[in-house]
Amino acid sequence: MNKIKKEIRGSSKNADKRNFAVQKCVQISKIIAVFLLTVIAAPFVFGAAGMLITSEKGGTELWIMTEAYSYAEPEEESYELAEPEAEGAEDEFDYEYGEYDEAYYSRFRNAGISISVYNWGEYLSDGSDDLMDICAAFTELTGIDVYYTNFATNEELYAKLKGGSTSYDVIFPSDYMVARMIEEDMLAPLNHENIPNLKYIDPQFMDPEYDPGSRYSVPYTWNTVGIIYNTKLVDEVPDSWDILWDEKYKGQILMFSNSRDAFAIACKALGYSMNTESEEELHEAAALLIEQKPLVQAYVMDQIFDKMENNEAAIAPYYSGDATLMMPYNENIAVAFPKEGTNLFIDAACIPKDARQKDAAEMFINFLNEPDVAAENAEYIGYATPNLAAYELLDEEIQEDEAIYPPESVIATSEQFIHLSEETNLLMDQLWTQVMAQGDSFLKWGLPPILVLAAIIAGKAVYRVRKKAAYKRMSGDL
Amino acid sequence: MKNKKTGAGWLSNSYIALIMIFLYAPILVLMIYSFNESKSRSGWAGFSLHWYRELFKNDAIISALLVTLFVAFVSAILATVIGTLAAIGIQSMKSSSKTAIMNFTYVPVVSPEIVMGVSLMLLFVLLRMESGLITLVLAHVTFNLPYVILSVMPKLRQMDKHLFDAAMDLGCTPGMAFRKVMLPEIMPGIITGFLMALTFSLDDFNVSYFVSGDKFQTLPILIYSMTRRRVSPEINALSAIIFVIVLLVLIIVNVQDARREKQLRRKEAALNE
Repeated sequence: MNKIKKEIRGSSKNADKRNFAVQKCVQISKIIAVFLLTVIAAPFVFGAAGMLITSEKGGTELWIMTEAYSYAEPEEESYELAEPEAEGAEDEFDYEYGEYDEAYYSRFRNAGISISVYNWGEYLSDGSDDLMDICAAFTELTGIDVYYTNFATNEELYAKLKGGSTSYDVIFPSDYMVARMIEEDMLAPLNHENIPNLKYIDPQFMDPEYDPGSRYSVPYTWNTVGIIYNTKLVDEVPDSWDILWDEKYKGQILMFSNSRDAFAIACKALGYSMNTESEEELHEAAALLIEQKPLVQAYVMDQIFDKMENNEAAIAPYYSGDATLMMPYNENIAVAFPKEGTNLFIDAACIPKDARQKDAAEMFINFLNEPDVAAENAEYIGYATPNLAAYELLDEEIQEDEAIYPPESVIATSEQFIHLSEETNLLMDQLWTQVMAQGDSFLKWGLPPILVLAAIIAGKAVYRVRKKAAYKRMSGDL
Repeated sequence: MKNKKTGAGWLSNSYIALIMIFLYAPILVLMIYSFNESKSRSGWAGFSLHWYRELFKNDAIISALLVTLFVAFVSAILATVIGTLAAIGIQSMKSSSKTAIMNFTYVPVVSPEIVMGVSLMLLFVLLRMESGLITLVLAHVTFNLPYVILSVMPKLRQMDKHLFDAAMDLGCTPGMAFRKVMLPEIMPGIITGFLMALTFSLDDFNVSYFVSGDKFQTLPILIYSMTRRRVSPEINALSAIIFVIVLLVLIIVNVQDARREKQLRRKEAALNE
């Protein structure tokens, strides 16, 4: 009897052990399977989503579906550019302050429509600092509601438009983004007859390289990149980009934290065009940026305001108009333009292809170019306005401010960004990642402690499992 | 009686103080500079309530705040209702399907927000839905749901299963039994889930960015768009106001809790005498 009992107990012990082992294996394999699935699937999902967003039209089924949903192709018409005023007559605009063409603006008064405007942050006068609240004034004048939302970078704007789930009526991309959108057929051509205030725009900004004939865009603001420096901390007046590589100012130099602007500066310092597509030149620029890395205090965008005002940094390249925002808080701040030439950028107002209220959008763009509206807007934004009549209305102080309206010599040597090819963009991204990854790498000092921690946790888990198994074995014996 | 062995010594007190400073110093600086006269953060230019006045005049910030609060509350309430029901359902499944469903529930928690944002946007495009307030609320409900489920499940597990049966034995309909017996037991979990959903919704940027339409934007999107120029101190004023309100609410809730506990203890003591 005892022998039978022992046998049964013995076999049941083995069965228990086997069951236990099988259970554990199944559990572990389930966990591993789910983990692997998520880890493997996530990049595919993300990659597919990314591809869909940035692919050219006519790619996959998804795009075919959204295409059927979008704005129909308008008839190809040729538009005449409004004839610019003759040179001498520019100062005498036949215009009364505050007087608007009532007939033109009351076309949609009781139609109950609304437009969606998508602009940079703090880029439209909204009533603060006692300046005009442009959206409210527009609604009062025309009866059209304005929904105003913001974006932070051109790339965000592009992604949102390409995603296809929303449609805006007026957008404000920068020059190279306008070129890209024209190429990808994302903008609607403008009816210049519907925007009579185009006559006030400076002819040198109409018919730009990124938008021949100004068919798709109306210039909104323009500005240049300059070297903002602290006169107390910097002995000389900077006149070349090389000062950003000067050992004397180690740890007091700031740089752009986006690839396009940083590479533009490096290319200019080397004497190349900032729109270069040559791989060699880009590699050289990247090497120069890597050389500069130990001297740089930080790669910043808007943090520059605090740093320069607090005298934490001595030199920074930034949009020169923003220097005027810093000057009231720190009298030692000045702007200089390098002799190699700098970047001149233009932000333009455009209408996306699938806009629902194209005429109302054109009315809004027209309103933005009313001289008094444009003047107040220019005061709020702090950048230069391409609207000549508005320029006349500005204070002498602002007109003469070289930071906002740089001298002809600077404009002559400046270059505008154009849309680069896919390979160049990709290469620039890769090189920028390399530049950013230089120096202290997280892997160097972060990985060893993490590995040690992981080993400890794994060791504890194994120890616990084995202890449990042993305990079970022991209690089975009892 | 202060027991030296179990009481907190000066070392642990100072450690706690350090952690509190680390957590709250930035908020304190934020609040102090909301009273600063000048726009820059480089020096104290005098006390003024200028930014608070500007804040209430600034339509863009106020409307973004209202949208954020609306979406947060509506999506939190919806997520709480759906999540509670889901948790009750999951609790009564057999273990293999329970594990499977719980794994699915973990996916929004584990996956990066931008993946959720982009995939939800593509989903709405596929369904031909116009992006707007509705899509925003739906997206927020989607990523809030796991947190509610994860908060309610432990409470369900702790609850005695037989209470429900006992209630029905005593004559309750299932609905009444649920309302009068189960709900009060799991209420702390539900409230925690609601608050977590609210927090994640208020804080969310990536998903809101891709899913919000052309008419509305939430507060995080507005603040992020200010980073090209400079973040206006009106945001400091707004953050100070929000912080004070949340602090007051938490203090009131905690004081009420403490009072209730005191009452319970007194009752128990009275019963035991």
